[in-house]
Amino acid sequence: MTAASTHVLYVEGVAFWAPTLPGWPIARAAFRGDGEPVDPPARRPAPEVLVAAERRRAPDTVALALEVAAAAVKAAGRQASELPSIFTSAHGDLGVNDYMCRTLATQPTQISPTRFHNAVHNAAAGYWTIGTGCREASSALTAFDASFAAGLLEAATQCEADRRPVLLVAFDVEATGPLATVTVSRGLVAGALVLAPGPSERTVAAFEWQLAPGPSVRAPLRSAAAQAIAGNAMADALPFFEALAREGGAVAMPLSEKLALALVPRRFELPPS
Amino acid sequence: MPLQIDPIQITAYTATTAAGVGNAALLGALRTNRSALTANDFGHEPLPTWIGRVAGVESVSLPMPLAGWDCRNNCLAWLGLGGDGFIDAVHAARERHGAARVAVVLGTSTSSIGATEDAYRGLDADGRFPAGNRNPLVHTPHSLANFVQTALALEGPCVTVSTACSSSAKVFAAAERMLRLGLVDAAVVGGVDTLCGSVLFGFNALQLVSSQPCRPFDADRDGISIGEAAGFALLERDTAGDGRVFLLGYGESSDAHHMSTPHPQGLGAERALDDALARAGIDAAAVDHINLHGTASMKNDEVEAALVARRFPVTTHAASTKGITGHTLGAAGIVEAAASLLAIEHGLRPGTANTRTLDAACGGQVRIEPAAGDVGVALSNSFGFGGNNCVLVFGRAGAPPRP
Repeated sequence: MTAASTHVLYVEGVAFWAPTLPGWPIARAAFRGDGEPVDPPARRPAPEVLVAAERRRAPDTVALALEVAAAAVKAAGRQASELPSIFTSAHGDLGVNDYMCRTLATQPTQISPTRFHNAVHNAAAGYWTIGTGCREASSALTAFDASFAAGLLEAATQCEADRRPVLLVAFDVEATGPLATVTVSRGLVAGALVLAPGPSERTVAAFEWQLAPGPSVRAPLRSAAAQAIAGNAMADALPFFEALAREGGAVAMPLSEKLALALVPRRFELPPS
Repeated sequence: MPLQIDPIQITAYTATTAAGVGNAALLGALRTNRSALTANDFGHEPLPTWIGRVAGVESVSLPMPLAGWDCRNNCLAWLGLGGDGFIDAVHAARERHGAARVAVVLGTSTSSIGATEDAYRGLDADGRFPAGNRNPLVHTPHSLANFVQTALALEGPCVTVSTACSSSAKVFAAAERMLRLGLVDAAVVGGVDTLCGSVLFGFNALQLVSSQPCRPFDADRDGISIGEAAGFALLERDTAGDGRVFLLGYGESSDAHHMSTPHPQGLGAERALDDALARAGIDAAAVDHINLHGTASMKNDEVEAALVARRFPVTTHAASTKGITGHTLGAAGIVEAAASLLAIEHGLRPGTANTRTLDAACGGQVRIEPAAGDVGVALSNSFGFGGNNCVLVFGRAGAPPRP
């Protein structure tokens, strides 16, 4: 293999959620410039994967991640229990982290056991696999401001290496408390994709992808709707979702200042039925 | 079942635990089955428990260009990188392949959260983090891999895996996939977790912490001892055919059961085991030694003992090293990978330190005492919160890559 070897990923299901863009149909139209964000903004989602009591108690990260995960799987027409999953988030649950650090500073022995296990970075992945009865591999990643690109790289790699579809879920929430003075993240943003190793009647987009060494900067956002939510720590996902919505154009997503994940749209043909 | 994979060469590896800096310290503790746990003296109001604390982390000072990354976790990472000539091995790989062709994939459970905890104890009059502790790159879980990539001057893909106690086992799987697709030619994998209030008081809140040094698989075990550790391995495809030890396989799975207790029949763990054996292309009977997850929690050890008893012949030697190092959480995967590799390279089957009377759930596989004996294939289990499981298979040269 050479450094320039090209790989292909096939997108089957797309999901997106932000308070102003609750759901992929609304987000897609707004990213294309032929629809408006909703006003007033939607309240935090209440994913059906969770039982009623958990739907209220779940941290924002879990509610957000499970909402888009379920929507992407549904859009792909796949079974959640059959998909390995990769969850990616720059910071995890900033609200739970603020609670943990605040309580440790004042009454450390009063830490809530539930909020402690919700503080793990893979909490959303855990609730997802429990809620869907999925025993496949699940992972939880972070790469700071390149967390979506790193998650997409891992998902595309796993999909191609094992020749099976995978679920990618990306999310970040608002920074709260003193942590917000150093960690910048506003609002809620989540996106999810089902990726497959080959074309099928489910395919909605396909990209050739490769690692591209060299200086790399994030592509400017083209829509006002995306620009308005770019203060969220998952903002590196927005150029990709804009590219999906606009059905065209290459996109290079920084993995660092010196490396990008470069994607070029590729025409795909459905296999003969 | 997944397809068999080509073995991945482990060019270098190192582990720093409560037993000391580098592999020799860990090997010495494995040989003598000596616990490195000490009474908890961490933090301002230490809980009555025992910990696996790495001596000297406080006196590590990062070199000037890296000073902005200062925190206990990154200092332990730096201390750990200094073991066993690891930095030199990485520099040589960078020269061979180019900086952009070497990935960094590291696992951690809490990363630098200790620095964030410190900041909350020292907020200024305006409720802001204290001056000197405001680097946004530190107060986030990617701090570890970002720091290590910077410290090693690497430019390939860099990602942090944070799946609680399976984190630094899963990094081997992620790196193998990148190597298999030819995205990179080498990968630095591993993990670091440090003692912090979050884990000490958090596991205490779950009533999972013992007031004594932990006793994995003991009939009278009553909880875990938390430890800290740093470990790293350099993975490459075995192009020269001169590798000594290899990653042969891995399996990853989810329990789909509960956030903080394992599946009662160990179905998730067993699925990870099956996938690991399939990728390695071996049967359970080929496994000479198992490094058990063996945390000394009531439930983990009960489920894991039953799994081993039903799946392995009694001749398989199985043990937990957590009585030596404590449960090093997100670093457990790499520490126990290192213990498994030392077992292979030194013909040593480690024991289960601190344990006196084995639980009746154990088959004959679980051993208290270490033994000398050939280890051609070693397996290492890592199971984490969220029901996140990973099983790794390591082996010696003699399992050459297929053409």
